[in-house]
Amino acid sequence: MIWQFDTLILLLLLVAAVVSLRLRDLLAASVVFGIYSFLMCLLWAEMAAVDVAFTEAAVGAGVSALFMIATVYQTTRKSSD
Amino acid sequence: MRLFGLFAVLVTGALLLYGVKDFPHYGAADSPANGGIVPRYYLENTMKDARVPNAVTTTLADYRGYDTMFETSVVFTAGVAIFAILRVFGGDRNRHHPDSLRIRGDQFRIIVGTTSRLLIAPIQLFALYVLAHGHHSPGGGFQGGVIIGASFLLLSVARNLGESLTRLPEQRFFTLGATGVLIYAGIGLLCLLLGHHFLDYRALQHVLPGVSPEMARSHGILGVEIGVAITVSSIMFAIYANLSTRGELKKGL
Amino acid sequence: MHFLNEHIIPFFNYWIYVIIMMLGLHAMIVKRNLIKKLIGMSIFSTAIILFYVSIGVNNGGDIQGGKPGETHGNIPVIEHELAQEASHDPSTIDHRRYANPLPHVLMLTAIVVGVATLGVGLAVTLRIYRDYDSIEEDEILAKIAAAPARQTDD
Repeated sequence: MIWQFDTLILLLLLVAAVVSLRLRDLLAASVVFGIYSFLMCLLWAEMAAVDVAFTEAAVGAGVSALFMIATVYQTTRKSSD
Repeated sequence: MRLFGLFAVLVTGALLLYGVKDFPHYGAADSPANGGIVPRYYLENTMKDARVPNAVTTTLADYRGYDTMFETSVVFTAGVAIFAILRVFGGDRNRHHPDSLRIRGDQFRIIVGTTSRLLIAPIQLFALYVLAHGHHSPGGGFQGGVIIGASFLLLSVARNLGESLTRLPEQRFFTLGATGVLIYAGIGLLCLLLGHHFLDYRALQHVLPGVSPEMARSHGILGVEIGVAITVSSIMFAIYANLSTRGELKKGL
Repeated sequence: MHFLNEHIIPFFNYWIYVIIMMLGLHAMIVKRNLIKKLIGMSIFSTAIILFYVSIGVNNGGDIQGGKPGETHGNIPVIEHELAQEASHDPSTIDHRRYANPLPHVLMLTAIVVGVATLGVGLAVTLRIYRDYDSIEEDEILAKIAAAPARQTDD
């Protein structure tokens, strides 16, 4: 509930979402998606939702980013937009 | 399409922002979500009904046990669906070599291999700790299951997918996935057979020797969390194995 | 202007949630690459989960003996000292000291279902790549229009 910390993390979250959608290289977009998940986890831990933060850290940043990297490995790495 | 997309997003965003001005202030203690009857009941009665200090675990597995059971079955169904989408049965297998991603990591093999060999066993031990301490601290079935799945993924990425497939072959991970859902539904059915409602864990006091009804509920919560962890861990590995080999399970990353 | 700031500043975080949601929705509609669409879907879903969890935040209000805003670290886990008395008498727990556990529970389910959906979406993408050799939406539509009678296996 510390508003300075909250505001900083929210702005970083916005930047991570925009960057992840604008990158042309799909491997880098998956990694920035992992950064987005970690920032979400931090925000939830600050909001006293520790179970949700734990699950998001394990699922979002660990497993979900790895699924995307595995799929990018099997298809092409560059995207047109 | 771009113009339509932009227009749709702007209209939806404007409507949502118009609704924002009626919200209570952020974190207000007297907002309708915080002061209602139901969360108050869950917080006040979690110790009295089930002797479990973590209100989130007892709500997830006891007060809202139906939702968690169907969510476990959704995870299992997703694993089966991925298998069904990607598996080619006989016939036309056009071997298409991916032209894109060459992972040139051979010079790092010693570092990655040694680190993963040191880390994987403590990760699994930590996952069991998280699962068992779901009653007293943040944790529980999902978190423990995902961490076990992630340890198998670490083994696949650091070494070879074949090495983790020898430890957990395909038939075994689907069997484990189904076993977890069966444990959950089986505990519920056991409570029904003993004369109480479905998923009413107080019935377990007739099966376990010498426990009070509240401790029976606590043990029932632990039992279903174990079922959830088994399903989630095996299906996470199943999804990765199918995705990284396009369903063929021959080679991988 | 000052009056308007009184209306925007307390709700600033809700504005950010709505902006992130709309970024995800825009990506799902407009982007041509299938993996970008899936990233947009995931951003949309986690932004909605963020909004729900922020409903359950509790800053304490006017707890007797505490200043407003002092929250005593309000994870929804009953402390050890209160646990013994709380087993018999539910009224020893002040529900305003803890965060609301109900949104946490519902959003745990939502996160796991979100990752399952992402997995199925990625599997469909791999299947499309195997059949049409591209993951750009316009190229796939052009290939479908050019050869409508193509028989894929099963």
